[in-house]
Amino acid sequence: MDFPEGLKYSKEHEWVLVEDDVAIIGITEFAQGELGDIVFVELPEVGEKISKDDPFGSLESVKAVSDIFAPISGTVVEINDALPDSPETINEDPYGDGWMIKVQMTDMNELKDLMSPEDYAEFIKQQNEEEDEDEGD
Amino acid sequence: MPVQYRGVIEEHLAVRSHAGLFDVSHMGEIEIRGPDALALCQKVTANDVSRIKVSQAQYNLLLNEDGGTVDDLLVYRLEADHFLLCVNAATTEKDTRWLMDHAEGKVEIRECSDDYVQLALQGPLAQQILQRVTSMHLEEMKPFRFSFGDVSSIRCLVSRTGYTGEDGFELYCDPAQGEKLWNALLEAGSDLGLQPIGLGARDTLRLERAFPLYGHELDDHTTPLEAGLEWVTKFSKGPFLGREALLRQRQEGVRRKLVGLELLEPGIARGGYPIYMQGHKIGEVTSGTMSPSLRKPVALGYVSRKEAVEGDTVEIECRGRKVRGRIISLPFYHR
Repeated sequence: MDFPEGLKYSKEHEWVLVEDDVAIIGITEFAQGELGDIVFVELPEVGEKISKDDPFGSLESVKAVSDIFAPISGTVVEINDALPDSPETINEDPYGDGWMIKVQMTDMNELKDLMSPEDYAEFIKQQNEEEDEDEGD
Repeated sequence: MPVQYRGVIEEHLAVRSHAGLFDVSHMGEIEIRGPDALALCQKVTANDVSRIKVSQAQYNLLLNEDGGTVDDLLVYRLEADHFLLCVNAATTEKDTRWLMDHAEGKVEIRECSDDYVQLALQGPLAQQILQRVTSMHLEEMKPFRFSFGDVSSIRCLVSRTGYTGEDGFELYCDPAQGEKLWNALLEAGSDLGLQPIGLGARDTLRLERAFPLYGHELDDHTTPLEAGLEWVTKFSKGPFLGREALLRQRQEGVRRKLVGLELLEPGIARGGYPIYMQGHKIGEVTSGTMSPSLRKPVALGYVSRKEAVEGDTVEIECRGRKVRGRIISLPFYHR
Protein backbone atom coordinates (compact mmCIF):
# COMPACT_ATOMS: atom_id res chain seq x y z
CA MET A 1 0.00 0.00 0.00
CA ASP A 2 1.13 3.49 -0.86
CA PHE A 3 1.62 6.29 1.72
CA PRO A 4 3.17 9.17 -0.21
CA GLU A 5 5.80 11.33 1.48
CA GLY A 6 4.94 14.97 2.02
CA LEU A 7 1.39 14.19 3.09
CA LYS A 8 0.00 14.12 6.61
CA TYR A 9 -2.54 11.54 7.66
CA SER A 10 -5.51 11.42 10.05
CA LYS A 11 -6.88 8.52 12.07
CA GLU A 12 -10.05 8.82 9.99
CA HIS A 13 -7.94 7.94 6.94
CA GLU A 14 -7.73 11.31 5.25
CA TRP A 15 -4.58 12.79 3.83
CA VAL A 16 -3.63 16.45 3.96
CA LEU A 17 -1.23 18.26 1.67
CA VAL A 18 -0.22 21.65 3.06
CA GLU A 19 0.65 24.53 0.71
CA ASP A 20 1.26 27.66 2.79
CA ASP A 21 -1.96 28.02 4.81
CA VAL A 22 -4.11 25.98 2.42
CA ALA A 23 -4.72 22.28 3.03
CA ILE A 24 -5.73 19.92 0.22
CA ILE A 25 -7.73 17.00 1.63
CA GLY A 26 -8.53 13.57 0.28
CA ILE A 27 -8.94 10.00 1.55
CA THR A 28 -6.14 7.45 1.64
CA GLU A 29 -5.66 4.43 -0.53
CA PHE A 30 -6.48 2.30 2.50
CA ALA A 31 -9.80 4.14 2.99
CA GLN A 32 -10.88 3.79 -0.65
CA GLY A 33 -10.08 0.08 -0.51
CA GLU A 34 -12.16 -0.39 2.62
CA LEU A 35 -15.10 1.51 1.12
CA GLY A 36 -15.09 -0.30 -2.21
CA ASP A 37 -16.62 1.20 -5.36
CA ILE A 38 -17.52 4.78 -4.52
CA VAL A 39 -20.73 5.83 -6.27
CA PHE A 40 -21.76 9.05 -4.57
CA VAL A 41 -19.83 11.97 -3.10
CA GLU A 42 -21.29 14.74 -1.01
CA LEU A 43 -18.96 17.73 -0.55
CA PRO A 44 -19.37 21.06 1.25
CA GLU A 45 -19.71 24.29 -0.71
CA VAL A 46 -17.01 26.86 -1.24
CA GLY A 47 -17.12 29.33 1.63
CA GLU A 48 -18.39 26.79 4.14
CA LYS A 49 -16.53 26.50 7.42
CA ILE A 50 -15.44 23.10 8.61
CA SER A 51 -14.16 22.13 12.07
CA LYS A 52 -11.66 19.50 12.97
CA ASP A 53 -13.23 16.10 13.76
CA ASP A 54 -16.68 17.11 12.46
CA PRO A 55 -18.10 15.52 9.30
CA PHE A 56 -17.84 17.81 6.27
CA GLY A 57 -19.25 15.44 3.65
CA SER A 58 -19.95 11.83 2.89
CA LEU A 59 -18.90 9.06 0.58
CA GLU A 60 -21.16 6.22 -0.45
CA SER A 61 -20.04 2.97 -1.91
CA VAL A 62 -22.46 0.43 -3.33
CA LYS A 63 -22.78 -1.15 0.08
CA ALA A 64 -22.34 1.56 2.66
CA VAL A 65 -22.22 5.25 3.48
CA SER A 66 -19.38 6.90 5.41
CA ASP A 67 -18.95 10.39 6.79
CA ILE A 68 -15.76 12.22 5.97
CA PHE A 69 -14.32 13.92 9.05
CA ALA A 70 -12.37 17.14 8.83
CA PRO A 71 -8.72 16.57 9.74
CA ILE A 72 -8.24 20.33 10.30
CA SER A 73 -10.44 23.43 10.70
CA GLY A 74 -10.91 26.21 8.20
CA THR A 75 -12.87 27.62 5.29
CA VAL A 76 -13.45 25.68 2.09
CA VAL A 77 -11.87 27.61 -0.78
CA GLU A 78 -12.21 25.04 -3.57
CA ILE A 79 -13.92 21.71 -4.14
CA ASN A 80 -13.13 19.05 -6.70
CA ASP A 81 -16.04 19.67 -9.11
CA ALA A 82 -15.28 16.56 -11.12
CA LEU A 83 -16.05 14.15 -8.28
CA PRO A 84 -19.88 14.24 -8.20
CA ASP A 85 -19.96 13.06 -11.83
CA SER A 86 -17.11 10.58 -11.52
CA PRO A 87 -16.82 9.46 -7.90
CA GLU A 88 -14.82 6.42 -9.02
CA THR A 89 -11.86 8.80 -9.45
CA ILE A 90 -11.36 8.50 -5.68
CA ASN A 91 -10.88 4.74 -6.06
CA GLU A 92 -8.62 5.12 -9.06
CA ASP A 93 -6.40 7.98 -7.89
CA PRO A 94 -7.01 8.77 -4.21
CA TYR A 95 -3.87 10.90 -3.81
CA GLY A 96 -4.17 12.71 -7.14
CA ASP A 97 -7.30 13.45 -9.17
CA GLY A 98 -9.38 12.06 -6.30
CA TRP A 99 -8.63 15.02 -3.99
CA MET A 100 -11.79 16.40 -2.40
CA ILE A 101 -11.47 19.92 -1.01
CA LYS A 102 -9.03 22.77 -0.40
CA VAL A 103 -9.31 24.52 2.92
CA GLN A 104 -7.85 27.78 4.20
CA MET A 105 -6.67 26.72 7.63
CA THR A 106 -7.49 28.72 10.75
CA ASP A 107 -5.18 26.91 13.18
CA MET A 108 -1.88 25.61 11.90
CA ASN A 109 -1.27 23.94 15.26
CA GLU A 110 -3.86 21.32 14.37
CA LEU A 111 -1.38 19.85 11.90
CA LYS A 112 0.58 18.50 14.86
CA ASP A 113 -2.19 15.99 15.51
CA LEU A 114 -1.73 14.42 12.09
CA MET A 115 0.56 11.49 11.34
CA SER A 116 3.63 11.11 9.18
CA PRO A 117 3.56 8.43 6.43
CA GLU A 118 5.57 6.09 8.67
CA ASP A 119 3.26 6.59 11.66
CA TYR A 120 0.17 6.14 9.49
CA ALA A 121 1.56 2.93 7.98
CA GLU A 122 2.10 1.65 11.52
CA PHE A 123 -1.41 2.79 12.52
CA ILE A 124 -2.93 0.79 9.63
CA LYS A 125 -0.87 -2.23 10.53
CA GLN A 126 -2.13 -2.13 14.12
CA GLN A 127 -5.72 -1.71 12.96
CA ASN A 128 -5.42 -4.72 10.70
CA GLU A 129 -4.00 -6.79 13.53
CA GLU A 130 -6.88 -5.80 15.82
CA GLU A 131 -9.33 -6.71 13.08
CA ASP A 132 -7.70 -10.11 12.66
CA GLU A 133 -7.99 -10.72 16.40
CA ASP A 134 -11.67 -9.77 16.32
CA GLU A 135 -12.29 -12.21 13.52
CA GLY A 136 -10.52 -14.94 15.46
CA ASP A 137 -12.96 -14.64 18.37
CA MET B 1 -18.96 -15.35 1.77
CA PRO B 2 -16.98 -12.12 1.64
CA VAL B 3 -18.63 -8.80 0.77
CA GLN B 4 -16.50 -8.59 -2.35
CA TYR B 5 -13.61 -10.18 -4.21
CA ARG B 6 -12.57 -7.70 -6.90
CA GLY B 7 -15.21 -5.04 -6.32
CA VAL B 8 -18.99 -5.04 -6.21
CA ILE B 9 -19.54 -3.28 -9.55
CA GLU B 10 -17.05 -5.39 -11.50
CA GLU B 11 -18.49 -8.59 -10.02
CA HIS B 12 -22.05 -7.50 -10.69
CA LEU B 13 -21.32 -6.72 -14.34
CA ALA B 14 -19.43 -10.00 -14.75
CA VAL B 15 -22.60 -11.91 -13.79
CA ARG B 16 -24.71 -9.88 -16.22
CA SER B 17 -22.29 -10.25 -19.14
CA HIS B 18 -20.48 -13.56 -18.50
CA ALA B 19 -20.85 -15.56 -15.30
CA GLY B 20 -20.23 -15.51 -11.57
CA LEU B 21 -19.73 -18.13 -8.91
CA PHE B 22 -21.22 -17.64 -5.44
CA ASP B 23 -20.59 -19.63 -2.30
CA VAL B 24 -24.03 -19.51 -0.71
CA SER B 25 -23.47 -22.30 1.78
CA HIS B 26 -24.80 -20.05 4.54
CA MET B 27 -28.31 -20.80 3.24
CA GLY B 28 -30.27 -23.24 5.40
CA GLU B 29 -31.71 -26.60 4.36
CA ILE B 30 -34.59 -28.49 5.94
CA GLU B 31 -35.84 -31.91 4.89
CA ILE B 32 -39.46 -32.95 5.21
CA ARG B 33 -40.42 -36.56 4.50
CA GLY B 34 -43.17 -39.06 5.17
CA PRO B 35 -46.70 -39.82 4.04
CA ASP B 36 -47.95 -36.48 5.41
CA ALA B 37 -45.05 -34.38 4.10
CA LEU B 38 -47.05 -32.87 1.25
CA ALA B 39 -49.93 -32.05 3.58
CA LEU B 40 -47.54 -30.16 5.87
CA CYS B 41 -46.05 -28.23 2.96
CA GLN B 42 -49.50 -27.29 1.75
CA LYS B 43 -50.59 -26.18 5.19
CA VAL B 44 -47.69 -23.86 6.01
CA THR B 45 -46.92 -22.35 2.62
CA ALA B 46 -48.64 -19.98 0.18
CA ASN B 47 -47.88 -21.70 -3.11
CA ASP B 48 -49.44 -24.95 -4.30
CA VAL B 49 -46.79 -27.58 -3.68
CA SER B 50 -48.97 -30.29 -5.23
CA ARG B 51 -48.34 -28.63 -8.59
CA ILE B 52 -44.67 -29.55 -8.63
CA LYS B 53 -43.57 -33.00 -9.68
CA VAL B 54 -40.50 -34.88 -8.54
CA SER B 55 -37.41 -33.03 -9.91
CA GLN B 56 -39.12 -29.65 -9.84
CA ALA B 57 -38.46 -26.70 -7.56
CA GLN B 58 -40.83 -23.94 -6.54
CA TYR B 59 -40.49 -20.47 -5.02
CA ASN B 60 -42.67 -20.33 -1.95
CA LEU B 61 -43.43 -18.52 1.30
CA LEU B 62 -43.93 -19.78 4.82
CA LEU B 63 -46.83 -17.81 6.26
CA ASN B 64 -48.23 -17.25 9.74
CA GLU B 65 -51.93 -17.04 10.71
CA ASP B 66 -51.98 -13.29 10.01
CA GLY B 67 -50.67 -13.82 6.50
CA GLY B 68 -47.27 -12.43 7.54
CA THR B 69 -44.18 -14.00 6.04
CA VAL B 70 -42.16 -16.37 8.25
CA ASP B 71 -39.65 -16.84 5.42
CA ASP B 72 -39.27 -17.11 1.67
CA LEU B 73 -37.79 -20.32 0.31
CA LEU B 74 -37.33 -22.80 -2.49
CA VAL B 75 -39.09 -26.15 -2.20
CA TYR B 76 -37.45 -29.08 -4.00
CA ARG B 77 -39.56 -32.17 -4.52
CA LEU B 78 -37.00 -34.98 -4.20
CA GLU B 79 -39.60 -37.75 -4.14
CA ALA B 80 -43.38 -37.81 -3.94
CA ASP B 81 -43.25 -37.62 -0.14
CA HIS B 82 -39.78 -36.13 0.35
CA PHE B 83 -39.04 -32.38 0.12
CA LEU B 84 -35.93 -30.28 0.57
CA LEU B 85 -36.48 -26.68 1.64
CA CYS B 86 -33.79 -24.10 0.99
CA VAL B 87 -34.35 -21.27 3.44
CA ASN B 88 -32.59 -18.12 4.63
CA ALA B 89 -29.67 -18.53 7.01
CA ALA B 90 -30.91 -16.27 9.79
CA THR B 91 -34.37 -17.86 9.79
CA THR B 92 -33.39 -21.55 9.58
CA GLU B 93 -33.98 -22.21 13.26
CA LYS B 94 -37.24 -20.27 13.34
CA ASP B 95 -38.50 -22.09 10.23
CA THR B 96 -37.60 -25.52 11.61
CA ARG B 97 -39.46 -24.80 14.82
CA TRP B 98 -42.42 -23.41 12.85
CA LEU B 99 -42.60 -26.60 10.78
CA MET B 100 -42.34 -28.83 13.83
CA ASP B 101 -45.04 -26.87 15.65
CA HIS B 102 -47.44 -27.35 12.75
CA ALA B 103 -46.62 -30.93 11.77
CA GLU B 104 -49.41 -33.48 11.94
CA GLY B 105 -49.49 -37.18 11.17
CA LYS B 106 -46.56 -39.12 9.75
CA VAL B 107 -43.92 -36.58 8.87
CA GLU B 108 -40.27 -36.25 9.71
CA ILE B 109 -38.60 -32.82 9.81
CA ARG B 110 -34.84 -32.49 9.87
CA GLU B 111 -32.70 -29.37 9.73
CA CYS B 112 -29.77 -30.45 7.58
CA SER B 113 -27.87 -27.27 6.67
CA ASP B 114 -24.57 -28.88 7.68
CA ASP B 115 -25.06 -31.60 5.07
CA TYR B 116 -24.72 -29.20 2.16
CA VAL B 117 -22.39 -26.80 0.51
CA GLN B 118 -24.35 -24.64 -1.92
CA LEU B 119 -22.73 -22.89 -4.86
CA ALA B 120 -24.53 -20.73 -7.40
CA LEU B 121 -23.22 -20.44 -10.94
CA GLN B 122 -25.07 -17.55 -12.58
CA GLY B 123 -24.89 -15.62 -15.81
CA PRO B 124 -25.45 -16.02 -19.55
CA LEU B 125 -22.44 -18.35 -19.85
CA ALA B 126 -23.37 -20.50 -16.84
CA GLN B 127 -24.63 -23.44 -18.89
CA GLN B 128 -21.61 -23.44 -21.19
CA ILE B 129 -19.23 -23.42 -18.21
CA LEU B 130 -21.06 -26.08 -16.22
CA GLN B 131 -21.34 -28.33 -19.26
CA ARG B 132 -17.55 -28.50 -19.43
CA VAL B 133 -17.46 -30.39 -16.13
CA THR B 134 -20.57 -32.54 -16.32
CA SER B 135 -22.24 -34.97 -18.68
CA MET B 136 -25.68 -33.99 -17.44
CA HIS B 137 -28.01 -32.80 -20.22
CA LEU B 138 -28.14 -29.18 -19.13
CA GLU B 139 -29.78 -27.86 -22.29
CA GLU B 140 -32.79 -30.01 -21.45
CA MET B 141 -33.09 -28.69 -17.92
CA LYS B 142 -35.78 -26.02 -17.80
CA PRO B 143 -35.96 -23.27 -15.17
CA PHE B 144 -37.02 -24.54 -11.76
CA ARG B 145 -36.07 -28.13 -12.64
CA PHE B 146 -33.31 -30.07 -10.97
CA SER B 147 -31.57 -33.41 -11.16
CA PHE B 148 -28.75 -35.29 -9.51
CA GLY B 149 -25.52 -35.81 -11.37
CA ASP B 150 -21.74 -35.68 -11.23
CA VAL B 151 -20.00 -32.37 -11.64
CA SER B 152 -16.25 -32.85 -11.91
CA SER B 153 -16.84 -36.32 -10.39
CA ILE B 154 -18.65 -34.79 -7.39
CA ARG B 155 -22.22 -35.89 -6.72
CA CYS B 156 -24.47 -32.82 -6.83
CA LEU B 157 -28.05 -31.74 -6.84
CA VAL B 158 -28.09 -29.29 -9.76
CA SER B 159 -31.07 -26.98 -10.15
CA ARG B 160 -31.77 -24.32 -12.74
CA THR B 161 -32.55 -21.62 -10.22
CA GLY B 162 -30.93 -18.49 -8.86
CA TYR B 163 -31.22 -15.10 -7.25
CA THR B 164 -29.65 -12.84 -9.87
CA GLY B 165 -32.18 -12.53 -12.69
CA GLU B 166 -29.79 -14.34 -15.03
CA ASP B 167 -29.86 -17.89 -16.30
CA GLY B 168 -27.92 -20.14 -13.98
CA PHE B 169 -27.67 -23.07 -11.65
CA GLU B 170 -27.49 -23.81 -7.96
CA LEU B 171 -25.44 -26.81 -6.92
CA TYR B 172 -25.68 -28.65 -3.62
CA CYS B 173 -22.99 -31.13 -2.55
CA ASP B 174 -21.28 -32.79 0.38
CA PRO B 175 -19.32 -30.15 2.34
CA ALA B 176 -16.22 -32.36 2.15
CA GLN B 177 -16.28 -31.85 -1.64
CA GLY B 178 -17.22 -28.18 -1.57
CA GLU B 179 -13.80 -26.69 -2.09
CA LYS B 180 -13.05 -29.08 -4.91
CA LEU B 181 -16.32 -28.20 -6.63
CA TRP B 182 -15.64 -24.47 -6.20
CA ASN B 183 -12.18 -24.78 -7.74
CA ALA B 184 -13.35 -27.04 -10.57
CA LEU B 185 -16.06 -24.57 -11.59
CA LEU B 186 -13.79 -21.53 -11.35
CA GLU B 187 -11.22 -23.27 -13.51
CA ALA B 188 -13.83 -24.40 -16.03
CA GLY B 189 -14.91 -20.80 -16.53
CA SER B 190 -11.59 -19.03 -16.23
CA ASP B 191 -11.30 -18.35 -19.97
CA LEU B 192 -14.96 -17.28 -20.21
CA GLY B 193 -14.82 -14.41 -17.73
CA LEU B 194 -16.15 -16.32 -14.73
CA GLN B 195 -15.48 -14.52 -11.46
CA PRO B 196 -16.11 -15.32 -7.79
CA ILE B 197 -18.89 -13.08 -6.48
CA GLY B 198 -19.38 -11.67 -3.00
CA LEU B 199 -22.34 -10.69 -0.88
CA GLY B 200 -22.32 -7.10 -2.15
CA ALA B 201 -23.02 -8.02 -5.77
CA ARG B 202 -25.44 -10.74 -4.68
CA ASP B 203 -27.50 -7.94 -3.15
CA THR B 204 -27.27 -5.51 -6.09
CA LEU B 205 -28.12 -8.29 -8.57
CA ARG B 206 -31.23 -9.38 -6.73
CA LEU B 207 -32.27 -5.79 -6.12
CA GLU B 208 -32.15 -4.85 -9.81
CA ARG B 209 -34.42 -7.79 -10.47
CA ALA B 210 -36.62 -6.78 -7.46
CA PHE B 211 -36.28 -10.16 -5.77
CA PRO B 212 -37.23 -9.69 -2.11
CA LEU B 213 -34.66 -10.15 0.65
CA TYR B 214 -36.04 -11.49 3.89
CA GLY B 215 -35.66 -8.94 6.68
CA HIS B 216 -35.92 -6.10 4.15
CA GLU B 217 -38.89 -6.54 1.81
CA LEU B 218 -40.36 -9.44 3.80
CA ASP B 219 -40.88 -10.13 7.48
CA ASP B 220 -43.39 -11.63 9.92
CA HIS B 221 -45.65 -8.59 9.57
CA THR B 222 -45.56 -8.29 5.79
CA THR B 223 -47.99 -10.21 3.60
CA PRO B 224 -47.38 -11.49 0.08
CA LEU B 225 -50.15 -9.21 -1.17
CA GLU B 226 -48.26 -6.18 0.11
CA ALA B 227 -44.96 -7.50 -1.25
CA GLY B 228 -46.26 -8.00 -4.78
CA LEU B 229 -46.18 -11.78 -4.35
CA GLU B 230 -49.85 -12.49 -4.97
CA TRP B 231 -48.70 -14.74 -7.82
CA VAL B 232 -47.13 -17.05 -5.23
CA THR B 233 -50.32 -17.19 -3.19
CA LYS B 234 -52.67 -19.91 -4.48
CA PHE B 235 -55.99 -19.42 -2.70
CA SER B 236 -57.48 -22.17 -4.85
CA LYS B 237 -55.32 -24.91 -3.30
CA GLY B 238 -57.48 -25.14 -0.18
CA PRO B 239 -56.76 -24.26 3.45
CA PHE B 240 -53.37 -22.92 4.51
CA LEU B 241 -52.08 -20.79 7.38
CA GLY B 242 -52.91 -17.16 6.76
CA ARG B 243 -55.43 -17.82 4.02
CA GLU B 244 -58.38 -16.19 5.82
CA ALA B 245 -56.33 -13.12 6.74
CA LEU B 246 -55.10 -12.78 3.17
CA LEU B 247 -58.57 -13.20 1.66
CA ARG B 248 -59.79 -10.45 3.97
CA GLN B 249 -56.86 -8.24 3.03
CA ARG B 250 -57.45 -8.86 -0.64
CA GLN B 251 -61.07 -7.88 -0.30
CA GLU B 252 -60.37 -4.75 1.74
CA GLY B 253 -57.35 -3.82 -0.33
CA VAL B 254 -53.81 -3.57 0.99
CA ARG B 255 -52.88 -0.44 2.89
CA ARG B 256 -49.29 -0.43 1.70
CA LYS B 257 -47.52 -1.83 -1.30
CA LEU B 258 -43.98 -2.53 -2.38
CA VAL B 259 -42.91 -0.20 -5.19
CA GLY B 260 -39.83 0.54 -7.23
CA LEU B 261 -38.19 3.94 -6.93
CA GLU B 262 -35.59 5.73 -8.97
CA LEU B 263 -33.80 8.81 -7.70
CA LEU B 264 -33.87 11.82 -10.00
CA GLU B 265 -31.04 13.59 -8.17
CA PRO B 266 -27.70 12.30 -6.91
CA GLY B 267 -27.88 10.22 -3.75
CA ILE B 268 -28.50 6.69 -2.59
CA ALA B 269 -31.65 5.62 -0.80
CA ARG B 270 -31.04 2.94 1.79
CA GLY B 271 -33.23 0.78 4.01
CA GLY B 272 -35.18 2.79 6.59
CA TYR B 273 -35.06 6.15 4.80
CA PRO B 274 -38.48 7.87 4.86
CA ILE B 275 -40.44 8.50 1.66
CA TYR B 276 -42.50 11.68 1.36
CA MET B 277 -45.12 12.92 -1.05
CA GLN B 278 -46.08 16.59 -0.94
CA GLY B 279 -44.63 16.89 2.53
CA HIS B 280 -46.41 13.85 3.99
CA LYS B 281 -44.60 10.70 4.92
CA ILE B 282 -46.05 7.87 2.86
CA GLY B 283 -43.59 5.08 3.53
CA GLU B 284 -40.06 3.81 3.92
CA VAL B 285 -37.29 2.44 1.77
CA THR B 286 -36.47 -1.25 2.36
CA SER B 287 -33.40 -1.64 0.11
CA GLY B 288 -31.53 0.68 -2.18
CA THR B 289 -28.34 0.93 -4.14
CA MET B 290 -26.61 2.42 -7.13
CA SER B 291 -27.66 0.02 -9.87
CA PRO B 292 -24.48 -1.08 -11.64
CA SER B 293 -26.36 -2.17 -14.79
CA LEU B 294 -28.55 0.92 -15.10
CA ARG B 295 -26.01 3.31 -13.61
CA LYS B 296 -28.62 5.11 -11.55
CA PRO B 297 -29.78 4.92 -7.94
CA VAL B 298 -32.78 2.65 -7.40
CA ALA B 299 -34.66 1.46 -4.34
CA LEU B 300 -37.50 -0.69 -3.14
CA GLY B 301 -39.88 0.57 -0.51
CA TYR B 302 -43.34 0.34 0.97
CA VAL B 303 -45.72 3.23 0.39
CA SER B 304 -49.35 3.64 1.37
CA ARG B 305 -51.52 2.23 -1.37
CA LYS B 306 -53.40 5.29 -2.48
CA GLU B 307 -50.15 7.11 -3.19
CA ALA B 308 -48.54 4.24 -5.01
CA VAL B 309 -49.01 5.29 -8.60
CA GLU B 310 -46.32 4.75 -11.16
CA GLY B 311 -44.82 7.94 -12.45
CA ASP B 312 -45.54 9.93 -9.29
CA THR B 313 -42.78 12.07 -7.87
CA VAL B 314 -41.74 11.52 -4.28
CA GLU B 315 -38.99 12.74 -1.99
CA ILE B 316 -36.68 10.43 -0.10
CA GLU B 317 -34.89 11.74 2.93
CA CYS B 318 -31.29 10.60 2.57
CA ARG B 319 -29.39 11.46 5.72
CA GLY B 320 -31.29 14.66 6.34
CA ARG B 321 -31.35 15.71 2.69
CA LYS B 322 -34.52 15.42 0.58
CA VAL B 323 -33.81 13.81 -2.77
CA ARG B 324 -36.39 13.74 -5.57
CA GLY B 325 -37.45 10.34 -6.80
CA ARG B 326 -40.12 8.69 -8.88
CA ILE B 327 -42.19 5.54 -8.55
CA ILE B 328 -41.36 3.23 -11.45
CA SER B 329 -42.35 -0.24 -12.56
CA LEU B 330 -40.54 -3.37 -11.40
CA PRO B 331 -38.21 -5.04 -12.06
CA PHE B 332 -35.60 -2.36 -12.66
CA TYR B 333 -33.59 -4.72 -14.81
CA HIS B 334 -34.82 -7.03 -17.57
CA ARG B 335 -32.63 -9.77 -18.95
